Amino acid sequence: MRIGVFVCSCGTNIAGTVDTKRVASEALSFADVVYATNYMYTCSEPGQQEIQKAITEHGLQGVVVAACSPRMHEPTFRRAVEKAGLNRYMFEMANIREHVSWIGTDKEANTRKALDLVRMAVAKLRFNAPLFSSKAPVNKRLLVIGGGVAGIQAALDCAEGGMDVVMVERKQYIGGKMAKLDKTFPTIDCSSCILGPKMVDVSQNEKITLYAASQIESINGYIGNFTVDIRKKATYVNWDACTGCGACVEKCPSKKAEDYFNEGLGQARAINIPFPQAIPKKAAIDAQFCRQLNGKKCGVCAKICPVKAIDFEMKDTIVTEKVGAIIVATGYDLFDYSVYGEYGGGRYPDVISGIQYERILSASGPFGGHIRRPSDGREPKDIVFISCVGSRDASVGRPYCSGICCMYIAKQAILTKDHMPESNSYVFYMDIRSPGKNYDEFVRRAQEEYGVQYIRGRVGKIYQRGDRMVVQGADTLLGVQVEVEADLVVLATGVESSSGAGELAEKLRISYDQYGFYMESHPKLRPVETNTAGVYLAGACQGPKDIPSSVAQGSAAASKVQSLFAHDTIETNPQVALVNERNCIACGKCIQVCPFGAIQWKELRGGIKKAEVLQTVCQGCGVCNATCPPKAIQLQHATDNQILAEVNELCA
Amino acid sequence: MTDEGPRSIAPADGTAADTQGIKIVGFLCNWCSYGGADTAGVCRFKQPTDLRVVRIPCTGRMDPLFIAKSLIYGVDGVLVSGCHPRDCHYAVGNFYARRRMEAFKAFLPFMGIDTRRFKYTWVSASEGQQWQKVVTEFSEQIHELGPNPGVRRQTGENSKVSTGLR
Ligand SMILES: Cc1cc2nc3c(=O)[nH]c(=O)nc-3n(C[C@H](O)[C@H](O)[C@H](O)COP(=O)(O)OP(=O)(O)OC[C@H]3O[C@@H](n4cnc5c(N)ncnc54)[C@H](O)[C@@H]3O)c2cc1C
Ligand code: SF4
Ligand code: SF4
Repeated sequence: MRIGVFVCSCGTNIAGTVDTKRVASEALSFADVVYATNYMYTCSEPGQQEIQKAITEHGLQGVVVAACSPRMHEPTFRRAVEKAGLNRYMFEMANIREHVSWIGTDKEANTRKALDLVRMAVAKLRFNAPLFSSKAPVNKRLLVIGGGVAGIQAALDCAEGGMDVVMVERKQYIGGKMAKLDKTFPTIDCSSCILGPKMVDVSQNEKITLYAASQIESINGYIGNFTVDIRKKATYVNWDACTGCGACVEKCPSKKAEDYFNEGLGQARAINIPFPQAIPKKAAIDAQFCRQLNGKKCGVCAKICPVKAIDFEMKDTIVTEKVGAIIVATGYDLFDYSVYGEYGGGRYPDVISGIQYERILSASGPFGGHIRRPSDGREPKDIVFISCVGSRDASVGRPYCSGICCMYIAKQAILTKDHMPESNSYVFYMDIRSPGKNYDEFVRRAQEEYGVQYIRGRVGKIYQRGDRMVVQGADTLLGVQVEVEADLVVLATGVESSSGAGELAEKLRISYDQYGFYMESHPKLRPVETNTAGVYLAGACQGPKDIPSSVAQGSAAASKVQSLFAHDTIETNPQVALVNERNCIACGKCIQVCPFGAIQWKELRGGIKKAEVLQTVCQGCGVCNATCPPKAIQLQHATDNQILAEVNELCA
Repeated sequence: MTDEGPRSIAPADGTAADTQGIKIVGFLCNWCSYGGADTAGVCRFKQPTDLRVVRIPCTGRMDPLFIAKSLIYGVDGVLVSGCHPRDCHYAVGNFYARRRMEAFKAFLPFMGIDTRRFKYTWVSASEGQQWQKVVTEFSEQIHELGPNPGVRRQTGENSKVSTGLR
């Protein structure tokens, strides 16, 4: 094989701590290497042309680029060599930046390491063979998991583009957290006025099939061809019949059900429609609180329902949908404030969370939009907001910034003043983080126009004095202890990953970080892709985000799907397992271990059985390869010989 | 810089660990640990330079043979790292890996190899700092153990597994 080696300096990123010239010149002595050079920016256009020129001029049959991580530029260079007529798998990369120049400063040691890595890449390349993808059809239907604002945006964008969309929302209604908000920063426009029409569009758009109160049961397949089982949970109301009139809700005698929508501030009926603008506007029974379902005599709703929609016998059902791409938009949950015992959240009724305060502010909330304290229904006069409750605190396992709390506190303080001009608001904060467009101006307005008092410091303790709360803390700017008496305390609870994020990730085979937020494929350049082809991310499931960013990401994910769906077929990944029938002893071990059921029996003449890999189903993990006793099954592009060639090079 | 024998390793903050003589091979899965090592690089988390990484699709691809070969034929330490359990890109590949590597570890003494020369861990693509820690600690351990005494030299071609496939 005639091999060319291209060593990138990456400006000074690599050349600063690796003698790239020497790497190139010594590479010339490696077996089969006929050409080696060093270039300033190999990934640039002239850099790629350099490779292409060398391929023709020197008749190269294989190329090694020693540069950054293959996770970064392998696709770039594969395309480049392909343009010059090589098969894209006749290419290898040696990672001498992330794994060498950026982690060590000893130039001599780094250069030796870089040389080893290039030698290993060359050794592997000598065992490479051209691989060819086949084509698989693309099913141009999209699954959106999660019906918050991010998922809604993605679904509407794709439906607008003519694609069929299936949306699965685990709650009874769509809209996510935004449906619970009163007004939104930094413009203070009303949340339901901007979200409501979008939710209605989802329900009315013929292209969108909505499964609310449903969950993902299982996902199989691969990009272009996923099969998804969806569990429709029993709501005990036939939604095809239910008109959302609400007659049942009014008459339901079980009045002490948990009011999830109002964050536990009010009480709901066992049969409920969470809020007037809910989409879908359908009633559902909370089995925990329903008398009939708990063996008592009732059935009032069944009698009252004008369309006979109540069905106490209803069971969960599973529906199967086939889609070509998946957008995950499962959002976030909020930190449990009771973790900070000293704040008394959960113990004192007048210490509440930010999202509870949103419900109090909201006209559709438990108090009809009048600000009242939960304990006695009195209008509060002094209100304290505490920021970073479960954010930027490593001691509770939440070292990251939630990004939205500084802003929503400022918003809530402004709204408080609007509702009650005589009231006083205080904010205890660590730092103010307001980097968005018009965000800092917004916080300044809260301080300057609305007279909200900002106190920089941590709160040490909150306790009751009479019917008021005493907030004790430090003002670290003035260096004094402060004590504020308040009628109501609002804790700005931080953002955490959505409950169940881990289980869903397992079904999707995507990764998440240590906090449970889903991992994008590249933190800068591939922010909405995941490492599983055909699965995209939108909104706060990827990390804390405000509404503008969630919507932007929803649209971004939708455009990724649209560019995928612009093709009728996709190229399959040829890095799959292949059985050498001569060596296969038909032990069946590979069939047992394959996580994807990609291997089956094939009958040869004379009834001889051999294992056979279904190329489109194989994901290329190589478990079978490691299992096969006679090594008859080999994962293409990572065969035993290829891996051992690299190892041998080090042992030599 | 002169080139005789293994030398001691520099502290983690530092940089240099001259490693002429000491060889560690790391088998890293493409989706998690290789990404974690990249993240460590992007964040400029300094590490000893002994490690040479082989990228594999999944730890489930790890044939214990790769580890055995490495240790018998001249490598001083082998580090295998993949996705955390339940976070495998291929759903369960790392479970297979864990079982195999546990079993394999028990065999090392029979091959005359100190079990401390082999380690497997789970590091995700976001855990750059964790990766730095793993590499530093393992490299230090191998430096303490010194060059692998049980090394047999191999002769080129017979080192390959013959599969008939390429
Ligand atoms: C108190 C407070 C005030 C705020 N005020 C503002 C503001 O004024 N302006 C602003 O820009 N931002 C504000 N935000 C932030 C805003 O709520 C988020 O940016 C936004 O809701 C993120 O949208 P999302 O769609 O990503 O997630 P979510 O709104 O959380 O929606 C996710 C949806 O997915 C569903 N889901 C979750 N898991 C599953 C599953 N496994 N299967 C199916 N469905 C699932 C959920 O039920 C939910 O409906 C505020 C946040 C809080 C807490
Ligand atoms: S590489 Fe082997 S075990 Fe993995 S998916 Fe393909 S056939 Fe199945
Ligand atoms: S494990 Fe190997 S030998 Fe056994 S059936 Fe599969 S390919 Fe054939």
